[in-house]
Amino acid sequence: MPESVTVAVNGVSVTMPAGSMVSAAILKAGVTTFRRSMSGEPRGPLCGMGICFECRVTIDGEEHSRSCQTVCKDGMDVRTDG
Amino acid sequence: MGKALVIGAGPAGLAAAYRAAQSGLTVTVVDDNPAAGGQIWRGELAKPASREAQAWFEKIRSVDIAFINGARVFQQPRTGTLLAETSEGVIELNYDSLVLATGARERFLPFPGWTLPNVMGAGGLQALVKTGLPIEGKRVVVAGSGPLLLAVAAYLRGRGAEVLLIAEQASQLQLAKFGLGLVGKMSQAFSLKRQLRGVEYLSRCWVIAAHGAGKLESVTLVRGGRRWQVSCDYLACGFHLVPNVELAELLSCVVENGGVKVDQFQQTSVANVYGAGEVTGIGGLDLSLVEGEIAGLAAAGKHDDARGLFPVREQQRKFAKLLNNTFTLRDELRQLPAPETIVCRCEDVTFERLREHHSWRAAKLQTRCGMGPCQGRVCGGAVEFLFGWRAESVRPPVLPVRVESLISSAE
Repeated sequence: MPESVTVAVNGVSVTMPAGSMVSAAILKAGVTTFRRSMSGEPRGPLCGMGICFECRVTIDGEEHSRSCQTVCKDGMDVRTDG
Repeated sequence: MGKALVIGAGPAGLAAAYRAAQSGLTVTVVDDNPAAGGQIWRGELAKPASREAQAWFEKIRSVDIAFINGARVFQQPRTGTLLAETSEGVIELNYDSLVLATGARERFLPFPGWTLPNVMGAGGLQALVKTGLPIEGKRVVVAGSGPLLLAVAAYLRGRGAEVLLIAEQASQLQLAKFGLGLVGKMSQAFSLKRQLRGVEYLSRCWVIAAHGAGKLESVTLVRGGRRWQVSCDYLACGFHLVPNVELAELLSCVVENGGVKVDQFQQTSVANVYGAGEVTGIGGLDLSLVEGEIAGLAAAGKHDDARGLFPVREQQRKFAKLLNNTFTLRDELRQLPAPETIVCRCEDVTFERLREHHSWRAAKLQTRCGMGPCQGRVCGGAVEFLFGWRAESVRPPVLPVRVESLISSAE
């Protein structure tokens, strides 16, 4: 297994230790707004364990993916809704 | 009684799986996370951080257990079969006996600003750091209630965070009583104390507001008559834990005082369905492990062996009782939300819209509170504390699943 992986967060490359979650990569990229709430508020991860659904983003075209439950893979394209 | 299915790969699930496999059952463990370990041993499969975790992972490797990770159980089409969604589609899981070890989540309480990005659960921030978030040099306020706050603060500090303070809502008197009950867990307590040297641990203290434009910039704390503001990068805030009982409720298991009701062999009100660990009530790691062992042995029909573990469980239950009494939430916390504070984050339902109602059912129908993707998992613990409302029913799917999954489950 390689020691690091690189993903693109809103087009910006971020290198993470292998096994990292997409949520951590997004924050490392300096992005804190993962999605907008029903009334347009900025939101980011809360529970970190797949329960709150606040960390959902678009991963490789799949909308509403929970970034805290998705492991980073090389070349992954991550889009936030900020 | 050949096939045992364990839901949850945290300590309770692993202990159950180990005992069941050792007793000759064919065991499968299913978990929605990408790797085994649960929250407490998250990411430790490859690199265990404690001797206890290492010992358990070694035990698990010494027996034959099938692990299915990244699978979310969402429905029981008939007794003895569960459906789970994976990235490759829906899988069917069959069992003769079932162990529910679905763990717990943090209780979140709403206060002004709690929806700002970088306000997270205490366990929430720890999970993010464990899975790759760099925390070195970041200023963190840890707040809420429960022993988890200390563990999280020590962990974050160990990873280079600047932990500014720990705000615990319980009083000094409550904490002192708990301290007396720690005998037996002294080594853990001492090691935490050493790791947290120099960090203020303020009892009877809590966050009343988080501030920032677009993301967290500071928090306001209150303690006695004093209010003050602290600048920070992250707020890690959780008010102890609540059991994850949704799957148990879907299977019609009786839930009592917020946890799944079990008999002396950890069997729920439903035959051949067992409950182990935090899902039966919050009690910590050691209670989870022994409950898991008892459930695994009982599922394999080894009731005498299970009985041999009752004294250990009894001792741990005493500790659990003390734990929960110590971290009982104070009434003042019900005053935390302002009228315009959002309580249901999925549907953006404010406190003032909720307080007009008399039950969660009425509030749900009128406001959609608890009807978004998390299905009340976050606001449920809050409205229970704020208004005394309990969720009335759980319907399949217990989690949002893709339309394809529902279609394939109907076929």
